Amino acid sequence: MDKWKDNKAWFFVLPVFILVAFSAIIPLMTVVNYSLQDIFGPGQRVFVGIEWFEEVLSDKRLHAALGKQLIFSGLVLLIEMPLGILIALMMPKKGIAASISLVLIALPLLIPWNVIGTIWIIFTRPDIGLFGAAINGMGIAFDHTSSPIQAWITLMFMEVWHWTPLVVLLAYAGLRAIPEAYFQAAKIDGASTWATFWYIQLPKMRGVLTIALLLRFMDSFLIYAEPFVLTGGGPGNTTTFLSIYLVKVAVGQFDLGPAAAFSLVYFLIILLFCFMFYQVLQNVGKGEKS
Amino acid sequence: MAEITLDNVAHSYIANPKNETDYALRLIDNIWKDGGAYALLGPSGCGKTTLLNIISGLLTPSKGRVLFDGKEVTGLPPEKRNIAQVFQFPVLYDTMSVYNNLAFPLKNRGFNKIDIEKRVLEVAEILDLTDSLNKKAARLTADAKQKISLGRGLVRSDVAAILFDEPLTVIDPHLKWQLRCKLKQVHEQLKLTLLYVTHDQVEALTFADHVIVMYEGGIVQIGTPQELFENPSHKFVGYFIGSPGMNFLPCTLEGSHAMVGDIAIKLNEETAALGAKAQGKIELGIRPLYLEIHDTQVQGSVPGIVKSIEDHGNYKIITVTLGKDHILRARLPEGKSSPSKNAWLRFSENWIRLFSDDILLKN
Repeated sequence: MDKWKDNKAWFFVLPVFILVAFSAIIPLMTVVNYSLQDIFGPGQRVFVGIEWFEEVLSDKRLHAALGKQLIFSGLVLLIEMPLGILIALMMPKKGIAASISLVLIALPLLIPWNVIGTIWIIFTRPDIGLFGAAINGMGIAFDHTSSPIQAWITLMFMEVWHWTPLVVLLAYAGLRAIPEAYFQAAKIDGASTWATFWYIQLPKMRGVLTIALLLRFMDSFLIYAEPFVLTGGGPGNTTTFLSIYLVKVAVGQFDLGPAAAFSLVYFLIILLFCFMFYQVLQNVGKGEKS
Repeated sequence: MAEITLDNVAHSYIANPKNETDYALRLIDNIWKDGGAYALLGPSGCGKTTLLNIISGLLTPSKGRVLFDGKEVTGLPPEKRNIAQVFQFPVLYDTMSVYNNLAFPLKNRGFNKIDIEKRVLEVAEILDLTDSLNKKAARLTADAKQKISLGRGLVRSDVAAILFDEPLTVIDPHLKWQLRCKLKQVHEQLKLTLLYVTHDQVEALTFADHVIVMYEGGIVQIGTPQELFENPSHKFVGYFIGSPGMNFLPCTLEGSHAMVGDIAIKLNEETAALGAKAQGKIELGIRPLYLEIHDTQVQGSVPGIVKSIEDHGNYKIITVTLGKDHILRARLPEGKSSPSKNAWLRFSENWIRLFSDDILLKN
């Protein structure tokens, strides 16, 4: 009797188990399974151990893609985080103006990813695009399909335009949550605007900024749609980031084994970086050990 | 240190106030002495925080002027007024050490390192913070954090006044007492003008030399704790100060007696004389401490029925009904026996106060 009663508790946990199993564990294990085999076609497979991992880790093109990916994510974070905080600081604090600016700021977040690509392709076209034509009209040759640097600049623009609003929203929420008394105290203590930002606003935003940083890092590290739509990884391989390369391997060449190994490495890299960021940010300002 | 003058100050949060009820703070005209410890006491929403913000400069009053030592500061922002404020919860610069927290107001004002260090060490000594100077402020307990907030005010030797906005709200009860003693000690040592906002009468009465009782946006009485207890100038003060508050009985006056229905209560000569001149709605007030309860009839006593007895440890609160529906509370010292049903009440003549239209009758 008692035992049955206790066992009933499993019914409450079961839905979560099933959900997590189907959403995370089973797909992940499938990938692990693929990564250890050589697959020629349906029913034709050979167990190869860690051979694919060895191949993936020594792949020069993958190294190049990883390098580009790191530079891209680094640049994106360096631009988006300060810019997002700056915009959040300048936004109206209350009233109708605050609501309106929030909606306007959030607009890019509501646009589907492939539409973003299309918008920017048209916007930056040298012949009919508003931006492209204007830049060319000023005498600067602009064509993101042939110049690697300009392709990168265009991608950065897209990414910053699309995702800075997320940082803004998070930073804004963090700022609004600071009790008014802190600002009053800072005034009374004669703190400058900069000191108020550095000693009150920034430390109080640490929580939301950690989340913003993690989200932005993960998303920018996984970037696929923008380079795919814009140039398909070109010109050359200059915008072939990890995800683009992965899809080329998995779908283009149908190398499921290496692609699976690649995915796992990719996943572990992101996990490692997120863990590092999280640890660093948690310890900032914590000070000496007790 | 400074004397604070409020010259016909009033404030409304509404842009164009029309009548009196639009004002969060009605006309206040007052001078608070240099070096005094003042408490602003009143229920939530009585305007005490508004008044505090006007003095600190966070609010500019709709009307009137604020003067520090005769110098007008009405339009000046907080940082130009030389005031310091301790808030309801500890406001600290979390990322800084205790030392840097204390030094912050001086650094911002461009003092040199040697002066800052000297002053910070002095203040840390007064507040018993010397041992934690190198710790991060965020790691300390709530009461130590409040001391740091106070310390940031104390480091500025030119500070005109230190304002406290219910500073003990988040402090554990057993530490409240310690911190209050510390405040009192700091006041005696440094002779600062202190202004303390609270809704807790015990805090106000133990902290301040002068208690300013506020009610519905106005000051109803300023006095020493003793004055407020013995001669509350307004019914509200009588009711708000004391635990439980003053008893009030509507009455009519007949010669040297106050008649509550057909029950006669003897007044002393002075009170009776005051009553004779009074107009309006008359009420008799008496503190529970001065309402005697006897088992048997004594001279001048009137009959009542005991409704309940609460034991508070070193005293008892007895609720009795007088006549048909008048409820009174009496405070009985521990050890004194109390009747369980029928009781005889005696009103101490010298402690009976008469109120006409809520205002104390006095010479």
